[in-house]
Amino acid sequence: MNIYVLVKRTFDTEEKITVSNGKISEDGAEFIINPYDEYAIEEAIQVRDANDGEVTVITIGGEDAEKQLRTALAMGADKAVLIDTEDDLDEMDEFTSAKIIAEYLKDKEVDLILAGNVAIDGGSGQVGPRVAELLGINYVTTITNLEINGTSVKIIRDVEGDSETIETSLPLLVTAQQGLNEPRYPSLPGIMKAKKKPLEKLELDDLDLEEDDVEAKTQTIEIYLPPQKAAGRILEGEVANQVIELVNLLKNEAKVI
Amino acid sequence: MSKKVVVLGEAREGALRNVSFEAIAAAKKISGGGEVVGVLLGDAVQSLAEEMIHYGADRVVTVEHPHLKLYTSDAFSQAFMAVYEQEKPEAIVFGHTALGKDLSPKIASKLASGLISDVTAIEGEGDAAVFIRPIFSGKAFEKVKNKDGLLFITVRPNNIAPLEHDAGRTGGVAALAVDVTNLRTIISEVIRKSTEGVDLSEAKVVVAGGRGVKSAEGFEPLQELATLLGGAIGASRGACDADYCDYSLQIGQTGKVVTPDLYIAAGISGAIQHMAGMSNSKVIVAINKDSEANIFKVADYGIVGDLFEVIPMMIEEIKKIKTN
Repeated sequence: MNIYVLVKRTFDTEEKITVSNGKISEDGAEFIINPYDEYAIEEAIQVRDANDGEVTVITIGGEDAEKQLRTALAMGADKAVLIDTEDDLDEMDEFTSAKIIAEYLKDKEVDLILAGNVAIDGGSGQVGPRVAELLGINYVTTITNLEINGTSVKIIRDVEGDSETIETSLPLLVTAQQGLNEPRYPSLPGIMKAKKKPLEKLELDDLDLEEDDVEAKTQTIEIYLPPQKAAGRILEGEVANQVIELVNLLKNEAKVI
Repeated sequence: MSKKVVVLGEAREGALRNVSFEAIAAAKKISGGGEVVGVLLGDAVQSLAEEMIHYGADRVVTVEHPHLKLYTSDAFSQAFMAVYEQEKPEAIVFGHTALGKDLSPKIASKLASGLISDVTAIEGEGDAAVFIRPIFSGKAFEKVKNKDGLLFITVRPNNIAPLEHDAGRTGGVAALAVDVTNLRTIISEVIRKSTEGVDLSEAKVVVAGGRGVKSAEGFEPLQELATLLGGAIGASRGACDADYCDYSLQIGQTGKVVTPDLYIAAGISGAIQHMAGMSNSKVIVAINKDSEANIFKVADYGIVGDLFEVIPMMIEEIKKIKTN
């Protein structure tokens, strides 16, 4: 089975975000694999182990993203592809990313593609479904369970807290929701092996894409931090009186109950 | 230039969701005086069309088909694209709901358009409109504009105020026949787990529990308070990891991002990942035994105390003012 996983390098969730010169400052920041993509990698490895085949992880980014790809290889993925757009593109949006990934995948034999349901940085959750549509394959988002039997697929997906059971078939793209599995940590032998696993580096030229083909449809014109919240009021006195005061404040000052 | 804008309405349990009315308000703003056309897809949605007009749509197109009873991207994209081809709008607005998130990228990809997801505010009108959306789960915001071609946005529930309901407004309602075929997915079962029918991302009040809730049973008083206030319950990752509740309740950088009018954090310490998911709530109340807890830094009102003492008292007190 040919399994592909779309991954993104993102800021560690512990990071505070700062803005300098109108851009998110990356100085000294720690980077991780987008947490939802880790579920996708773990699931891909489990599906491969149960069905044979190969797991290829793909990312778009600069040289720095190699580290996250090596981590995925250390978890157990077989191959990695880094599509380096750093020299070619200043601006990207979801249209751009999806087009590039679909261009890479279009002549591959694809059985299953996995991705996170959303990246915790941009937060739009578009790239997975867009890629599926460009490839003309079906997709199911926010999945919490995946069962594959031959080419038939049974999925449980999370829909705003409800769960839906879905029957469909390969080829398919799915996006991972929390709860799908418990991503493994790379083992030491895994890390050693990952250094020797194939990591292919491509640029737009290699995909026969011109910059114009993937020009972003939207443009970010400003990035800013939310206003700092003024310190709130810690109520004092007997707990019973604090509660009376709180309910009164919520009703008469904040007017939210 | 004025724009013709198509808005997808979304029903839940037989009624239109609030986010649909908020989407109409957004559509009005970007239309710059152009026409706002509501779209309803389902097996029986005709009766909901009037309500879209009362909230500001100029007219409504409905597509009814048995295959549209439950949402699938195949069926809904076929129906929506038929409406698109008929109307040829210059802009599209969806709610940023489970359905909107799933369907919008497919439509945007079919139309080779941009898609500005999860919009929380719109500055300017018509062609000059600029869209504000959270990034890093609300740790920062970006202003985005559409370069050219079709404008397509999804709006986050609870952020853009709907227009005033006007029962006197009238407009045309037309049914469009679409043959929905070739479905690749079958939904064999739906299990409703959501509490009391109030969706977490749309709730006006969220009562969230953390590790301090100590057990699954510990969520009971929180649920009672949420129900009393017509809200939903949520949780921190700590509470989910400890198996006190389902992951679908998790609020934070992984999990849901919520912006209710009132957020009550009970027994939540306030890890940076949790705060990203809730700090843009309008009013935040924190209840925690530890006066040094981070959550107090973003709280408008704080009570240092035991949630199992404070929450039942709050329930009693709110019941009192509700009966007066």
